Amino acid sequence: MEGMTKIVKTVARLVISFIFLYGLYIVIYGHITPGGGFAGGVFISIAYVLMMLAFSKKVAMRKLSNFAASLCDNLGAFSFFIIGLLGSIFSGYFLYNLINHGTPFRLVSAGTIPLSNLAIGVKVGASLYAIFVALSIYGRVLTEKEEK
Amino acid sequence: MIVFYVLMVFMIIGAIVAVETKNMLSAVIAVGAVGVGASVIFLFLRAPDIAITQVIVEVLSLIILIRVTIRADNYAIERRQDNFANIVGLVFVGLFLVFAFWAYKGLPEFGNPLMRVSSSYLREGTRETGAANIVASVILDYRAYDTLGEAIVLFTSILGAFVILRPKGRKHIGEEDKGSFGIIEDKEIKE
Repeated sequence: MEGMTKIVKTVARLVISFIFLYGLYIVIYGHITPGGGFAGGVFISIAYVLMMLAFSKKVAMRKLSNFAASLCDNLGAFSFFIIGLLGSIFSGYFLYNLINHGTPFRLVSAGTIPLSNLAIGVKVGASLYAIFVALSIYGRVLTEKEEK
Repeated sequence: MIVFYVLMVFMIIGAIVAVETKNMLSAVIAVGAVGVGASVIFLFLRAPDIAITQVIVEVLSLIILIRVTIRADNYAIERRQDNFANIVGLVFVGLFLVFAFWAYKGLPEFGNPLMRVSSSYLREGTRETGAANIVASVILDYRAYDTLGEAIVLFTSILGAFVILRPKGRKHIGEEDKGSFGIIEDKEIKE
């Protein structure tokens, strides 16, 4: 049996989905309540890190592989840049808030701010998970037994 | 006001424990206590955005540090007395205190910010950007360039970590170095 004990696995199975959901809430409601893309992205990455610690490397890699994490990292950064570039094309100012602002305190309001929050959330979540994978698996110094 | 002093004393004690303890795991946990104290201070200063970010980044960095330190090579650091290093450190701390005393006289008093630019953000922010959270309207509308720069910094650091830590092209145990290293000659490395 890989991973930690049965107690840790049972608790983690219940808690992971709530952590992930709270991270999504912090990202999506970033323009209304405290939080935003960075904090919510770290919450999302913590859910995956908990999965990797409680279960095993194999289970977490099946949910979000190293390549997929790297791809999400690149796509998040690139889409934030694209949002800025669209403002530059349509109004002449880089990162201009060009969508209609709507009424404050609504979920769909504030123009491009929720979209940027979403892009940063995806980027930060995937990249911090990727750095955990890189530090805990790649960064390990192999012993002579493992080398053979 | 008293709660800030209590939390600051707690953080200073945590930092001293982190420096002075022999066990690596206790040092990491003491660093985590310092971070939690900082996040509670942010919460009392009515900055929930930064308090959330501080506490969650602290948790993640604590997990990563524990994962790195509880390997097989978890050794206690020996204390060595180096008089020259101590004297140089004391001189630089003294210089820092002198210049800090000089520089902090020009800063506005605690609790009385200047409010030159920020007052217009607070007044006009919700109307101009439509975001109810003023912090989001500042970091993603007025100062979105800085946020893009921050995202690029994170992206570049992760690229660097992947390049250095990748399994491909790693030297195996007992393998000799191939090729030269440019400035340093191979002979000097072997000696």
